[in-house]
Amino acid sequence: MYHDNDRAKTFNRRALMLAGGKAALVSTLAARMYYLQVLEADKYVMLAEDNRVSLRLLPPPRGPILDRNGIAMAINQHNYRVLVVAEQTPSLAYTLDALSTIITLTDHDRARITKEARRRRSFVPITVRENLSWEEVARIEVNAPDLPGVLIDVGQSRYYPLESLGAHILGYVAAVSENDLTGDPLEELPGFRTGKAGVEKIYDMALRGRGGTSSVEVNAVGRVIRELERKEGEPGVDLALTLDMRLQEYAAQRLGDESAAAVVMDIHTGALIVMASTPSYDPNAFNRGLTAEEWKELVNNPRSPLSNKALSGTFAPGSTFKMLTAMAALEAGVVTPDQRVFCPGHTQLGNIRFHCWKKGGHGSQDLIGGLKNSCDVYFYEIARRVGIDKIAEVSRRFGLGNPTGVDLPNERPGLIPDRAWKRKALSQPWHPGETLINAIGQGYTLATPLQLCTMTARIANGGFAVVPHVARDAITDKTAQPRTAPEWPSCNMAQKHLAMVRKGMFAVSNEPGGTAYRARIEQEGMWLSGKTGSAQVRRITMRERETGVKKNDELPWKERDHALFVAYAPEDNPRYAIAVVVEHGGGGSAVAAPIARDIMIEVQKRERARMAGSDGGHSQ
Amino acid sequence: MMRPTQRLSTQLNRTEMTWRDKIWQINWSLIGVLTAIASVGFLTLYSAAQGSLEPWAIKQMVRFGIGIGIMIAVALIDIRFWMRHAYALYLISVVLLVAVEVKGTIGMGAQRWIDLGFIQLQPSEIMKIALILTLARYFHGATYQDVGRPLFLIPPLAMVLAPMALVLKQPDLGTAMMLLMSAGAIFFMAGVRLWKFGVLLAGGLGAIPVAWQFLHEYQKKRVLIFLNPDDDPLGAGYHITQSKIALGSGGIFGKGYMMGTQSRLNFLPEKQTDFIFTMFGEEWGLMGGLFLLGLYVLLVTFGYAIALRCRSQFGRLVALGVTTTFFLYFFINTAMVMGLVPVVGVPLPLISYGGTAMLSLLFGWGLVMSAYIHRDVSIGRRGAHDD
Repeated sequence: MYHDNDRAKTFNRRALMLAGGKAALVSTLAARMYYLQVLEADKYVMLAEDNRVSLRLLPPPRGPILDRNGIAMAINQHNYRVLVVAEQTPSLAYTLDALSTIITLTDHDRARITKEARRRRSFVPITVRENLSWEEVARIEVNAPDLPGVLIDVGQSRYYPLESLGAHILGYVAAVSENDLTGDPLEELPGFRTGKAGVEKIYDMALRGRGGTSSVEVNAVGRVIRELERKEGEPGVDLALTLDMRLQEYAAQRLGDESAAAVVMDIHTGALIVMASTPSYDPNAFNRGLTAEEWKELVNNPRSPLSNKALSGTFAPGSTFKMLTAMAALEAGVVTPDQRVFCPGHTQLGNIRFHCWKKGGHGSQDLIGGLKNSCDVYFYEIARRVGIDKIAEVSRRFGLGNPTGVDLPNERPGLIPDRAWKRKALSQPWHPGETLINAIGQGYTLATPLQLCTMTARIANGGFAVVPHVARDAITDKTAQPRTAPEWPSCNMAQKHLAMVRKGMFAVSNEPGGTAYRARIEQEGMWLSGKTGSAQVRRITMRERETGVKKNDELPWKERDHALFVAYAPEDNPRYAIAVVVEHGGGGSAVAAPIARDIMIEVQKRERARMAGSDGGHSQ
Repeated sequence: MMRPTQRLSTQLNRTEMTWRDKIWQINWSLIGVLTAIASVGFLTLYSAAQGSLEPWAIKQMVRFGIGIGIMIAVALIDIRFWMRHAYALYLISVVLLVAVEVKGTIGMGAQRWIDLGFIQLQPSEIMKIALILTLARYFHGATYQDVGRPLFLIPPLAMVLAPMALVLKQPDLGTAMMLLMSAGAIFFMAGVRLWKFGVLLAGGLGAIPVAWQFLHEYQKKRVLIFLNPDDDPLGAGYHITQSKIALGSGGIFGKGYMMGTQSRLNFLPEKQTDFIFTMFGEEWGLMGGLFLLGLYVLLVTFGYAIALRCRSQFGRLVALGVTTTFFLYFFINTAMVMGLVPVVGVPLPLISYGGTAMLSLLFGWGLVMSAYIHRDVSIGRRGAHDD
């Protein structure tokens, strides 16, 4: 049998080799299976879940903002949108034709929808139009059977019922921009709005709430098969402010068309009761969308309606600064309340002459008189004795030169100059004459109305470094809890010095001849103590002094003095501090003081009514 | 009834067997293993259709039934008949392959089908069987010395390369590789000297850069994606990435029958055909995968046992050739879905949904069983005609 044995042997040997090779390959398969399904299983289980489960965010309603009495300042409104799902329509064009007979659809809308439909998967709803009126919604609903694939969706949009009132404190919301991204997944949602200014911005995290999630099972093309789990989110917190919007309204009316700010604060708690800045704007316009002209007008208006002057406007405080100079001098011991300074209408330092606001001079002045008459020469003299560094140091203790720390964005620090500052900022040595100018709140010195109000509050409350706030509660990222009773640090000013300054302020408003005597409050128990200020914004030349200083009315608006007034009331048991600044308003006593007086009367009236109300409530 | 000596003589001389003898010899355990494997396929196809016999499972069952019928018929036909007609079958297959080139219907981007009206014929599948038969016949008459002569090897090489070239032109890289490898196994079993394989291997490796130029863009892409599937997880690497996710997430015991999320949610592509092993692995886990692997190994072992038991070289080579082809099917397919080899269109034998592959495979197993039934038939050098 022709070498058959040879062949068979070879065959058997080789069959064994081949089988061995196959066994090796099968082992490889088994090992690979073990690797994938045992060693790496966890990783792949996760990846499979990732594949299968898609998390959808459910946007939470944004928290409303209320004033101290519960008046709604910012609420959510339903925003009815009409959507179309391309795959459920017989043809998109047909459906859009049908829709356009019911609601207005511009060619632009149509082009956008068709474009979006081509880009997206056919089961993704596309927004046809937003902000439908109720009538339009009704018309679509009635015709629903003839409009397959068309759905109505309710979104939420922010609405500010008080419109321009309190706009600066509220701020506004707008679409999330690149810079706002915090990593909160809510920000990725189409149509999500984030706070861009005011408390909407500063308490944004608390107001926006926590998004809920719905985990849905999706297939490979992303179609939702079913909902697996739903976790409801938490709505944003109700944000109650310390502001009283009726007083705010009154203050805004009283400020009128002026470019001005008024701030009223509880001197013990720091609660801001009024923070008005005029002119204002309607924040709803931002949600609606501004036209280019409207925007231009807002930005180019010289009275800057977009800026909150109460904390972003810095002004030379003028004579309202004199309390600080007085306290610095008293604390340094360079003057006693009874020491008198003679005012001939000017003083001489080197070869420069510094004028008092009163041409003829005030004659002999002590501390009280100096404040009451706002005698510049008196303060020139004590400032010369105490020096700028001490004045600056005391000013900072009373809240000037640094942001107060109020819970609002864009607060400006103002400026309190001293030698070190000038060396650093201007690389120049301090000139002794500058001490005199800054001691009466002119020169480099700048403060915001909020700082001036805080300063007044600290003088009135016995020297406690109260910090203003607008949110009634302590707001964390997710909750609002009542504030604990504050324990303010001390300003470290001797009570007798504070008392002396308050006495001077009392004289300003309540003694005949005081610069604000005509703007006093006569109602019993409501008396206020204040200080006027008229901050010069231009240089008065020698020639003008000889021919007679021009009256404010004769000057163009931009060159008129700023009118300022700070005060607290009631004078015997202080509770409220106020600062009023009217930009280029003229004299403090003529313009700012009457406004402050009227506001303070309203504040105290409202307060009495509130007290009576709550007392009644207790006795029941 | 019969005396022992008589029985022995009948066993030793099965040159002339009655039908009754043959039917008695049918290897029912082999059919049992084949049916077990096919049943895994039915179950998985039922699950792939989200718990429905339509559209896959029922058709697959019918095909399997027909296939088993064909297999038994093939097994009962005398092995000498197959040997006698091996060359003719080969020639017909070559003609069919050419026909596909000339007038083929486009399927899946490559010309692989020929429509005979009642069945879509895939000549490359038939070629897999025909090539085994024709090589087995060629080497059947060869002595060990014959096989040692290089010139003797030129005709069989031509027999392999001609259909390979035609299949490559379709283009079907997977089938071409399968033809090459199963032919290589037959060469190996026939006793071709080992150093020649060494030379070929070295030459083959050297030719890779040249061959690369002739690959189609999609084939190049598949190879590159295989080398680094993470490059393009949503594009061409998607298949293999999703397949690994499905298998891996199955874990040891699987997600349970009809609970495979990857397959059910369509993340898994071609789950009823080339990627059916993935779906099975996702639902039945490592245990299921090893069980199926065990069935395949068992079947291959049957093939080996039959080959070793055969008295004729032709029978031995056919049995081993078919077994090796079958082995290559399941190895390449499972290795592919597990990311061990590039994605090539090779179905999982007897399980993947598809008619031609199942019929040609069962036809092949019919030949193996024929070799078993006629294991003691001795065949002369000249084939059916006894010397």
